[in-house]
Amino acid sequence: MLEVREIAKAYAGPQGPVPVLSGVSLALGAGESLALMGESGSGKSTLMHILAGLEPADAGHVRLGGAEITVASDAARAALRRDRIGLVFQQFNLIPSLTVAGNLAFQARLAGRHDPDWQAMLAERLGLAGLLERMPEALSGGQQQRVAIGRALAVRPELLLADEPTGNLDPETGDRVLDLALELVAETGAAFLMVTHSERLGARLGRRLTLAEGRVA
Amino acid sequence: MSRAAARWAAALGALASHWRRRPLQAAAALLGLALATALWSGVQALNGEAKRAYAEAAAVLEGDRIDRLEPVAEGRLDVATYAALRRAGLAVSPVIEGSLGVGGRRLRLVGVEPLTLPRSALGEALQADGPDIAAFTGPPWAMLASAETLDRLGIAPGSRGRADDGRALPPAVAADRLAPDLLLTDIGAAAALLGPGLTALLIDPEAPASPVPWQEIAGDRLVLVPAAGESGLDGLTGSFHLNLTAFGFLAFAVGLLITHAAVGLAFEQRLGLIRTLRACGVSAREVAGLLLAELALGAALAGALGLVGGWLVAGLLMPGVSATLSGLFGAPVSGGLSLAPGWWVQGLAMSLAGAAIAAGHTLARAYALPPLASARRQDWAASGRRTRRLEAALGLAALAAGAAVWGFGSGLVAGFALMAAMMLAAVLLLPALLAWLLARAARLARGPVAEWAVADSRQQIPGLSLALMALLLALAANIGVGTMVESFRTTFVDWLERRLVADIYVSPARAEQEAPLGAWLAARPETAELLGLRRTEIRLGAERLELMGRPAAPAYREGWPLLEAAPGAWDRLAEGTGLLVSEQLSRRMGLGLGDAVVLPAPGGAWPVAVVGIYADYGNPRGEATVGLAAMEARWPGARFDGYGVRLVPGTDTGPVMAAIEAAFGLGPDELVDNAGVRRFSLRVFERTFAVTAMLNLFTLGVAGVALFASLLTLSDLRLASLAPVWAAGVPRRRLAALELGKTLALALLTAVLAIPLGLGLAWLLVAVINVEAFGWRLPLHLFPGQWLWLIGLTAVTALAAAALPMLRLARLPAARLAKIFAEER
Repeated sequence: MLEVREIAKAYAGPQGPVPVLSGVSLALGAGESLALMGESGSGKSTLMHILAGLEPADAGHVRLGGAEITVASDAARAALRRDRIGLVFQQFNLIPSLTVAGNLAFQARLAGRHDPDWQAMLAERLGLAGLLERMPEALSGGQQQRVAIGRALAVRPELLLADEPTGNLDPETGDRVLDLALELVAETGAAFLMVTHSERLGARLGRRLTLAEGRVA
Repeated sequence: MSRAAARWAAALGALASHWRRRPLQAAAALLGLALATALWSGVQALNGEAKRAYAEAAAVLEGDRIDRLEPVAEGRLDVATYAALRRAGLAVSPVIEGSLGVGGRRLRLVGVEPLTLPRSALGEALQADGPDIAAFTGPPWAMLASAETLDRLGIAPGSRGRADDGRALPPAVAADRLAPDLLLTDIGAAAALLGPGLTALLIDPEAPASPVPWQEIAGDRLVLVPAAGESGLDGLTGSFHLNLTAFGFLAFAVGLLITHAAVGLAFEQRLGLIRTLRACGVSAREVAGLLLAELALGAALAGALGLVGGWLVAGLLMPGVSATLSGLFGAPVSGGLSLAPGWWVQGLAMSLAGAAIAAGHTLARAYALPPLASARRQDWAASGRRTRRLEAALGLAALAAGAAVWGFGSGLVAGFALMAAMMLAAVLLLPALLAWLLARAARLARGPVAEWAVADSRQQIPGLSLALMALLLALAANIGVGTMVESFRTTFVDWLERRLVADIYVSPARAEQEAPLGAWLAARPETAELLGLRRTEIRLGAERLELMGRPAAPAYREGWPLLEAAPGAWDRLAEGTGLLVSEQLSRRMGLGLGDAVVLPAPGGAWPVAVVGIYADYGNPRGEATVGLAAMEARWPGARFDGYGVRLVPGTDTGPVMAAIEAAFGLGPDELVDNAGVRRFSLRVFERTFAVTAMLNLFTLGVAGVALFASLLTLSDLRLASLAPVWAAGVPRRRLAALELGKTLALALLTAVLAIPLGLGLAWLLVAVINVEAFGWRLPLHLFPGQWLWLIGLTAVTALAAAALPMLRLARLPAARLAKIFAEER
């Protein structure tokens, strides 16, 4: 499903390039879940952005179901994200101009796979059924994150990537949101990679991979 | 440095660092204020210069600041009458005034008698720059003129120029406070140049009242022209200056919208910093004070830039304004520019006041911000809906207030009040209207991207509303003024077509050529009709006007542009019982069809009735027309004004003109064909409206800058809205194209909404302002082609304004967009 080989990435610094990732490799099969852990600045988010095709890698390969992400054009990477990847961020990043229903349906409609029944089921399971006509600004943090998860899963992705999805939520709400995500991922058979600081949350996923100074520890 | 000063310096440094990091935003804030100041102060400079010129003209007798006695009929007043009045104890001073050709130009020559001249009429020119009295009053006399006029005539101070007829002028003296094209000399010199006889007697307002009323001595020959209290030109041109001021104010408001948007956005972006400063022990008062200091510094800088810009704008427009004022009002204004110190001070004050207006709300918010307030930016959407409702309510209130003023008031002030109310209401209602239109459009949108684009456009309205308001104002002003000018042009061209009834116009400078020329022309086989023309100047009440004598010939009967006519108007003109009056005169004197008028003919009062009212565009003076034969009978001295020759259809004008030229040796000014007159008139017309066109363009340019500045400053904020869409799989190039399309759509919607507003403005200009300003009312024509052109221009402006932010988006490194997901929004 997801195959990552020798990924390297550096950012430009005042004294020359600053390496962020060096020789990172991993593999994740359908239905598997992986917690990507490490201290702040260890390169977790950068790796997730590369996996999602949001940022290019300097070296290495990322393959998703046979498609090479690292060498794909901007448009091809956008198409991959649209059709095969679900993304959840710490800051929710909902589309502020669309209602909850609009946000839930957005990516699935872009991918041409909008399934109203599936969306209604997701909304029900995520506790959003009564909030469908609200705008994102009128939701609590927990509600917004549930919308973000629903939006990512509405497309029935092959790979769900989540960057600290509970980082902005209190522990109780965070646990509930993660429970829901794991349940739904299991039902869809997607591969799930979650970036987290939390040992407790990381322990709930199938495997763990820790990064330290840009390398697999 | 005290601890407080150190704290302030550190805090100000932190606040100012925002601008260092966002130079384009800083440039937008400064540019807005600088443009506002430039256009406002530019217009003020133009107005000030023109008013100074009127004051100069008025200071030398022409102005109606002193009561004067003038002859009832055309002609001069004899010296004996003057002497009789003086002997009776009346403090009157003689004046000879006339037109003199010098260096190929027609100049106004005024001759005064300095010993009896009232002190208040003396004018600064004579008091400050005048030569000593002996040199002025005795041969070879002295001739005062502004340095600019002397320079134009090629006469050096101290030297003697020559009139076009070869006569020597008195030695020239430069006097800078004199109006352009004015020559001031002693009455003796003026009599030598203009002929004997006086044109007016000034009544000294400071002298004690005479025991004998002037009426007893010369009541049958003189008429009292009372002082108007202010320069006649001031009153006449007031509307024109009000128009200019309105334009300046409009541009000022548009400029302030830019600054308001940039300063408001900077505040939103600095909320986190302000919270940190408060947390670090800087009080709310200190934060507000520091923001005020920052604002004052910025305003001073923008004001200085704006004043330089204003000076350039005024310099650029001054020749056009001068042409307009002389073309429409006959006001002598030089094309030069000299700025008083007060202008600079006023410009800076306007810049500071403008900055305070643009940023007052922001400062108040900074002051009231609780120290632990969330640094989350104000939610554009939530505040947008609330603000929209408030704005719409205020807009409707403004409309109601405008209607009330219009209902209860009248004239120019009510017209301008309604115009201001209409524009205010329109800008306040714009966001609500756009939101409503986009809500309707959302129903038609198909597909997730289209639906998102429409929804996102709605959410963008609060951020762009100020720029769109600026665009609306500029476009409406363009449509309004453009429609007025084009309506005027259409009417004017048609009027010119009908007014120029002859194929050739012959106006010999030498009066002795009149009779032989007339006989020669009448005998030519090519001549179908020979239309003689005479004119004289008369006074009706306090109104000085030109009385024309025209034959009631078929040429006039067929096409003369009468706005209203009684049955058999031309027959009554021919009989000598009818009078045609110009539209301006009819409005000024309240004359309508059938009204009786007594004309002061030299041979006695001549009662006539108004039988027609005709359009007389571009003539600053009132005019009336009687039958030629009747005029020749009643005014034997009426000046011959030339012949209009109607040729037999199919005749080429060229050979006929060549024959006239050969037979009578006439120059190009004395012989001109129909096309030549038309060409000249249209050139004057175009020149007259050049200033308006340029101000229009400036305002549209400022609105373009407003749109550009808003889009640029918002582009960083927009990333937060675009990043999730990009993450969901919409490529950056497509997003950039969508952003461009959305900006274009908002701008075009605004342009469409500007059309009805612009037409409302055009109606006000044509039906109210113009009538007050010029005395004529035009039919309103619609020019859809002009709207399309403006819509096209709006599209280009919007595309140009959106291009840079969109290019940045399209080329934005993916890492920058991805970073959005890790940033606090």
